[in-house]
Amino acid sequence: MKKTKQLFAGLILMALGLGTAQAAYTLNLMEGVTKVSNDIYDLHMLVLWICIFIGIAVFGTMFYSIYHHRKSRGHKAEQFHENTMVEIIWTIIPTLILIGMAIPATKAMIELDDVQESEMSIKVTGHQWKWEYDYLDNGIHFFSSLDEASNKVRQVGSGLDPRSVPNYLLNVDKPLVIPTKKKIRFVFTSADVIHSWWVPDLGWKKDTNPGFINEAWTYVEEPGTYRGQCTELCGKDHGFMPIVVIAMNEPEYNAWVEQQKAAVAAEAGSVGKEWTKEELAAKGKSVYETSCASCHMPDGAGLPGTFPAIKGSPVVTGDINAQVKLVSEGKGMMPAFGKMLSAVDFAAVVTYTRNGLGNSVGDSIQPSAIQALQSGTPVADKNE
Amino acid sequence: MSAVVAEHDDHHDHGPAKGLLRWVITTNHKDIGTLYLLFALAMFFVGGTMAMIIRAELFEPGMQFVNPQFFNSMTTMHALVMVFGAVMPAFVGLANWMIPMMIGAPDMALPRMNNMSFWLLVAGVLLLASTLFMEGGAPASGWTLYPPLVLQTGKALPFAIFSVHLLGISSIMGAINIIATIFNMRAPGMTLMKMPMFVWTWLITAFLLIAIMPVFAGAVTMLLTDKFFNTSFFDAAGGGDPVLYQHIFWFFGHPEVYVMILPTFGVASTIIPVFARKPLFGYSSMVHATAAIAFLSFIVWAHHMFTVGMPIAGELYFMYATMLIAIPTGVKVFNWTATMWKGSMTFETPMLFSIAFVVLFTMGGFTGLMMSVAPVDFQYHDTYFIVAHFHYTLVPASVFILMAAGYFWLPKWTGHMYDERIGRLHFWLSVISVNILFFPQHFLGLAGMPRRIPDYAVQFADWNMISSIGGFIFGASQLLFLYIVIDTIRGGTGEKVTGEVWEDAAKHSLEWTLPSPPPYHSFTTPPTVIPTEHI
Repeated sequence: MKKTKQLFAGLILMALGLGTAQAAYTLNLMEGVTKVSNDIYDLHMLVLWICIFIGIAVFGTMFYSIYHHRKSRGHKAEQFHENTMVEIIWTIIPTLILIGMAIPATKAMIELDDVQESEMSIKVTGHQWKWEYDYLDNGIHFFSSLDEASNKVRQVGSGLDPRSVPNYLLNVDKPLVIPTKKKIRFVFTSADVIHSWWVPDLGWKKDTNPGFINEAWTYVEEPGTYRGQCTELCGKDHGFMPIVVIAMNEPEYNAWVEQQKAAVAAEAGSVGKEWTKEELAAKGKSVYETSCASCHMPDGAGLPGTFPAIKGSPVVTGDINAQVKLVSEGKGMMPAFGKMLSAVDFAAVVTYTRNGLGNSVGDSIQPSAIQALQSGTPVADKNE
Repeated sequence: MSAVVAEHDDHHDHGPAKGLLRWVITTNHKDIGTLYLLFALAMFFVGGTMAMIIRAELFEPGMQFVNPQFFNSMTTMHALVMVFGAVMPAFVGLANWMIPMMIGAPDMALPRMNNMSFWLLVAGVLLLASTLFMEGGAPASGWTLYPPLVLQTGKALPFAIFSVHLLGISSIMGAINIIATIFNMRAPGMTLMKMPMFVWTWLITAFLLIAIMPVFAGAVTMLLTDKFFNTSFFDAAGGGDPVLYQHIFWFFGHPEVYVMILPTFGVASTIIPVFARKPLFGYSSMVHATAAIAFLSFIVWAHHMFTVGMPIAGELYFMYATMLIAIPTGVKVFNWTATMWKGSMTFETPMLFSIAFVVLFTMGGFTGLMMSVAPVDFQYHDTYFIVAHFHYTLVPASVFILMAAGYFWLPKWTGHMYDERIGRLHFWLSVISVNILFFPQHFLGLAGMPRRIPDYAVQFADWNMISSIGGFIFGASQLLFLYIVIDTIRGGTGEKVTGEVWEDAAKHSLEWTLPSPPPYHSFTTPPTVIPTEHI
């Protein structure tokens, strides 16, 4: 029954929409992969059908009248203009329909709101223009930004074909991984402006408000990759901070967790090592592209009047410690990267900006120096 | 000015001042109405050009023409210009022209304030437009100006805020004038419940404006002090709350959308009976439904904020309250249908636009009902579904009715008949292209395309291209309207129109008892017979 209904709805929508539809996906709301998203889909279809039936009745009457009650067909106008009974009827019937809608809607709303008894929590922090994920139970923490391939193509006048990139604008460098068959609580906040975290397959979106915490939850049955986007205008690159959620069965998820922990340990070990300038600059290039290029532009030219250029910048070509301080603490619209980048990434990107993007200061800074700074001790001597 | 004022003591009809200065210093309701309408038409094309830029960038995936920051400025300015520069002033222009004539008055009650409110509007809109050329660009945070994002605006921020203040003062003065006129200047025998629907809807709208514009002015002033005077109304670090702004904004913003739709209802209720040759069905229920919608508009604001993180009680309350709006709105649609039922209809251009309004506004109402369901709005919110929704209630509703009003009253205003053939061509091009433009946006939103993005995933490409094509046709079609307006002012078809213009129109409303064009001071002596066909 439900399938035929859907088919019928799809046909109507297609007929209305001039027909070039390839799949129902591009016409109707997606059903999603959670119970809540299914309930929401059913509610959507219920209200859609109510609207279609009312529409057919009202427009049918109107077009019957337009065809038959026209002067050119010699129809004489009647002069009635009031009928209290009719007015009462068409007030009461819609009221009853609304009550019929409100009951399932209330149930779904209460279900959607209930974050109790969740088995794990993930904190989502919105940034201009990337997402930060904190696994509150096991300490995994990372940022997730638009993938490099999409980022290249989406530059103004890049001339590259978006169709050549798989999942153009819906792919990230590091997806959020969650286990299936677990109730997961999300808490949302923001580091700068308001964002909104939306994965249609999960059935909801939630705003991330700076200084406040919002909650939502999900329970995914099936493994899969689910994609979404920021849905609250958050500035220049609002359209370029997608979300990718990968749901894994418990064993794969646990393996992923172990892998993350190992990577963190490896990175921590490399902080103490002596890096060459070339190693740092090479690593810094990719850090620059994910963390800096959206404002300062991939070529370091900036946007005059809004975002300063890196190339020839007095800060970047000046004292390295002053640059480290500025990048670490932020200034105006520039976020404080001290807490967002690892010591290695931080040292790498500072070194890269001083020796790439048209600059050639020639110096570099070691991750160990950054780590010392982050833990509170004064910046060590720079390496020439 | 003094010369004009001095002559007011005489009760004979006299013409306007000579030359260009006439338009600067005029206190005449028709002159000011004309200024408002022409200014609104100009802004309609300015805002429309911005829409064309938006649709051109969205024609294909990838970034072809503008950078993302400028794109955001375009969506922001398009909305502000269309709302505050085009639709609202156009209805104030209609009110200026029509209300004195409909209630049997010689002019508006406060003619000098009338002049001032028009010129403040021009100042406000020009100030707003000037931000496009400032360092850092025009505001790019959406017309809702949400903090903290809006506080990242460059040099333009204080100018944009001051322009909102000017526009607010202008609207409030216009509203006071309309209320004073309706309450004090009605012809003897015209009781409130005999007033034409257009006058009723504007009376209610004027009260809405007086209630909400100060709220908006207050909200943007708080933005100003947050930015420049170290307050933290909307900054959590100082004990404020960014969501507070949204509550204040939408307390203004929701009634604001009814400011743009209630006079629309009034014009539709004026035009449909004339061409159905039948009295309006359910006059008193129409009045009461309008008042009910206006009242409800004050208690539903947070349905714009279902995903902002409200307590469950708040979500449910705003869902139920919002659903209620469907009832009085439904009553209006049923009444219009019943007005057509068993009439003797003809389909001149004003009627065509009015019928399209009833149908397409109802479509916008349907999607509105869908979005009132809070849990489902967790999916619809901030997607192209809502872009489709509010454009259906603004373009083929408010804008179509403004077109209908233009065709309906241009012969009265100018004494010339417009070219019916071109009028119908304009209608059919508009009604087809507006649906090609906005209907596919429902699909885009449901499929997951967020609003206010300059570039999109490739699965959204087909419908965006179709939508853009519809947009270009719609935009180009409106040049026909410009042509018709100019042509009609210059003589139109050359046919001499009667005072009544449309068959038996004088039975419906007083303006048709005056010659076309009407005398400079509409009714120097009050009319004795009040038309009651509309009741």
